Amino acid sequence: MTEYIVLSAILFTIGCVGVLVRRNAIVVFMCVELMLNASNLALVTFAKQHGNLDGQIAAFFVMVVAAAEVVVGLAIIMTIFRTRRSASVDDASLLKY
Amino acid sequence: MISFWVLAPVMVLAALGILFVRKAVHAALLLAVVMISLAVQYAALDAPFLFAVQIIVYTGAILMLFLFVLMLVGVDASDSVVETIKGQRALATIGGLLLGVLLVVGVAQASLGTATGLDEANADGNVQGLANVLFSTWVLAFEVTSALLITAALGAMVLAHRERTTPKESQADLAAKRMRDYAERGAHLGPLPSPGVFARTNAVDTAALLPDGTAAEASVSRVLAARGTVRTAPAEDVERIERQIGDPSHRPEGAGKAGATGDTTETGPESGEEQA
Repeated sequence: MTEYIVLSAILFTIGCVGVLVRRNAIVVFMCVELMLNASNLALVTFAKQHGNLDGQIAAFFVMVVAAAEVVVGLAIIMTIFRTRRSASVDDASLLKY
Repeated sequence: MISFWVLAPVMVLAALGILFVRKAVHAALLLAVVMISLAVQYAALDAPFLFAVQIIVYTGAILMLFLFVLMLVGVDASDSVVETIKGQRALATIGGLLLGVLLVVGVAQASLGTATGLDEANADGNVQGLANVLFSTWVLAFEVTSALLITAALGAMVLAHRERTTPKESQADLAAKRMRDYAERGAHLGPLPSPGVFARTNAVDTAALLPDGTAAEASVSRVLAARGTVRTAPAEDVERIERQIGDPSHRPEGAGKAGATGDTTETGPESGEEQA
């Protein structure tokens, strides 16, 4: 079972680096999804490890919350794009000065 | 276990690809690879319900939503390579590597022991087992989820909605605007020329030829011009066609109408002779 957890850790790390490195807000969002998926894999693995379905339920709830989060997040990105004509995270810096 | 070792490298490579590809669409497709592989991992981990949900919800709904938004935002909206914060990329990579090493070493140190396995919990079937837990222990969370989903749907509608602040332009307004542009700036009054009236092609991505042989740029869609996929009718093409028209052996049966190009490509004399 350890290798599943290791895979999950690797995917989580890649998602983390993606959030920090990428500039396009949509790709940043995809990396957040990757991190959520990685944690889901860990939850499902632990469910099997402990012979208990609670981990799968938790993964299911993570998916539901991720769906809601994606809907709102993409709507926000759309709104920003509409006013600023750019999906780059660097261009949304109105609060900076 | 075979499915794990086959798919794990694919997943890691696809995830790494998300970090490096320039185009957002490619990142979305690589994420689809990761998610479908993850669904297979769920199936291997005795979670057939999550296998289906992963494919339907994540790959089917969420990724499609990503692709829709990418279409709205513009497929060519690729990432800029300019660093706004100096050294940020290097620091992020180092930090990520440290986090990865920490997590992997930490996990490798722990011994999980033999897995209990889900045979007992899944005795009545995975879906039934999940339903038993979901509608007893987690029923409150399940109900709250419905409130969350409604809030998210409403929020998305409010965010995506745009209030019209000016009245919609009617056809008469548009016509008046067109006339005003003509009076003030001398803008062309009529419709734009249609593309591809050059006799060789009637494709929309080929500019029409003006009487002097130059391409009419207004005749192709702005979108195609922005993508750079506009084909020009090159000079050598014109010469080749002139040669074909001039040489009767290359002339296909019933192609006499090709002489119509003579008007635009100065092959008037030759085509005139053939018709004569």
